[in-house]
Amino acid sequence: MRPRLLTTGVALAALLLAGACKPSNLSEGEARVVATLSLAALPLLPADPSNRVADDPAAAALGEALFFDHDLSADGSVSCASCHQPTRRFQDGIARAIGIGEADRRTMPLEGVAWSPWQFWDGRADSLWAQALGPWENPVEHGGNRVALVRQVANAYRDEYEAVFGPLPDLTGLPEDTSPLGSESERAAWAGLTDDERGRVDRVYSNMGKAVAAFERTIAPVMTRFDRFAEAVAAGRRPEGEAALSDLELEGLKLFMGEASCVNCHNGPRFTDDHFHNTGVPAVPGLPPDRGRADAVAKVLADPFNCLGAFSDTTPEQCGEIRFMVRDGEALERAFKTPSLRGVAGRAPYMHAGQIATLEEVVDHYASAPEAPSGRTAIEGFVLTDRGRMALIAFLNTLEPMDGKASHVGQAPQEN
Amino acid sequence: MTSVPVPGAQEAKMKKLIYVLVAVVALAAAFVGWRMMAPPPDDLDLARSKQTQAGMFTVAIAPESEPVRQGPLHSWIVTVTTPDGAPVEDATISVDGGMPQHGHGLPTAPAMTAALGEGRYRIEGVRFNMGGWWELKLAIAADGRSDDVTFNLVL
Repeated sequence: MRPRLLTTGVALAALLLAGACKPSNLSEGEARVVATLSLAALPLLPADPSNRVADDPAAAALGEALFFDHDLSADGSVSCASCHQPTRRFQDGIARAIGIGEADRRTMPLEGVAWSPWQFWDGRADSLWAQALGPWENPVEHGGNRVALVRQVANAYRDEYEAVFGPLPDLTGLPEDTSPLGSESERAAWAGLTDDERGRVDRVYSNMGKAVAAFERTIAPVMTRFDRFAEAVAAGRRPEGEAALSDLELEGLKLFMGEASCVNCHNGPRFTDDHFHNTGVPAVPGLPPDRGRADAVAKVLADPFNCLGAFSDTTPEQCGEIRFMVRDGEALERAFKTPSLRGVAGRAPYMHAGQIATLEEVVDHYASAPEAPSGRTAIEGFVLTDRGRMALIAFLNTLEPMDGKASHVGQAPQEN
Repeated sequence: MTSVPVPGAQEAKMKKLIYVLVAVVALAAAFVGWRMMAPPPDDLDLARSKQTQAGMFTVAIAPESEPVRQGPLHSWIVTVTTPDGAPVEDATISVDGGMPQHGHGLPTAPAMTAALGEGRYRIEGVRFNMGGWWELKLAIAADGRSDDVTFNLVL
């Protein structure tokens, strides 16, 4: 009898250790972490000194119009909102974005995007305005070309543009379809422009991005059930009524912060550390290898619209992100930006190319921690039970907006 | 225990084996969880002023603005003196570091951007993207000599 009692005791003690405390309340350390995840802990919207109209409402209004304008695409069928759909929290619910053609990556949601120092899954843009300039000229997204895009704005938005940015430059005489990134003939036409002509086109083009960025800065994270809970916890109150989480949700939250280690990367009030990680996400059959951050470093350095470039409204000293970014090393291989988890339950499929269809499978992926197609996965896996999976998903569901509506669009409080 | 019938020796062995297996699985789960959640060691040296490893320099670090928050880029002022307190000028400082418990480096590549005089230097571009135990390793070269020092920070 005694040896059996001993083993039973060991088993019980181990189970207690593994399961941590009762799911009905949080430890002091857990409560501290919960407070850091609360929407109430969201810092003021960071200033973007590289965009002097970032917080100009007239620029935001112009940017909103550009965001929804299908005429800023090769065949008049695609706007930013085609993929960043306001009714779906600014994403499209499909594995890989479809514009003029099919992209290699998943549309990113835009909620709280202006708090993020790097844009795109691989961070190949170091500002929101530099990001906005990518899709317009991407052959599978809007499929536009720079001169045609700038002309379209000059024709359709002259007054609005000039009210924000001053007089439009003279664009007469420039060849029709001209772009440094387009087809062979478009690139040849671009090469044929004078430096001055290229500069004039790029100036207007960069301002289009700055206007869209001003609009996107108004897409702020919204209150969720979890935030009500976190507010109560942070204030030392007992979460009651709509602030209360169920036992299962609370268990999931504890797993999220504990054994599953989700909070290591999905941290802070946006549930992202804004950094790039290889988490062993499988490659998409049939697509070229995607090295993520490893290929993005050279792109952001070469981008004429980066913070250090001629179209940035700030001095190099203010461009900390690009100046101090990690430029090489194994950690960049197949590393992708940690996405926010706000609204995650409502936006399957998951990962940078929509490789994983359901949240259940996402949780299983992180628990099993498979080897990465290239580079090394940063995740270590954890022991997951059926109950644990249910609990994690129940918790993630508390990050849905309380009113069930799309993200709030309005002026967010700003840093001076 | 009364509900357990008096078992044969074999049955008792089986039961024992099951208990042991449960214990092993649970302990493994606890270990994995513990390792990832492990708090920094209790005896972690959090001093912001230290001798370098070979004792060549005394180095003090201070964030340019407090508190050091997880997330934003921030700067540190590093003060380098000889062991007897004389400021070390014309030093170059390189920065490395990471999270020893997670096995990864710094998320940024911080660099010395200014010598401020009196042995003081500015390090820019430091970011801590996770909570927990971070190491900041400074390699200091001055007067043809070099030495390094590691500071521990807990966020």
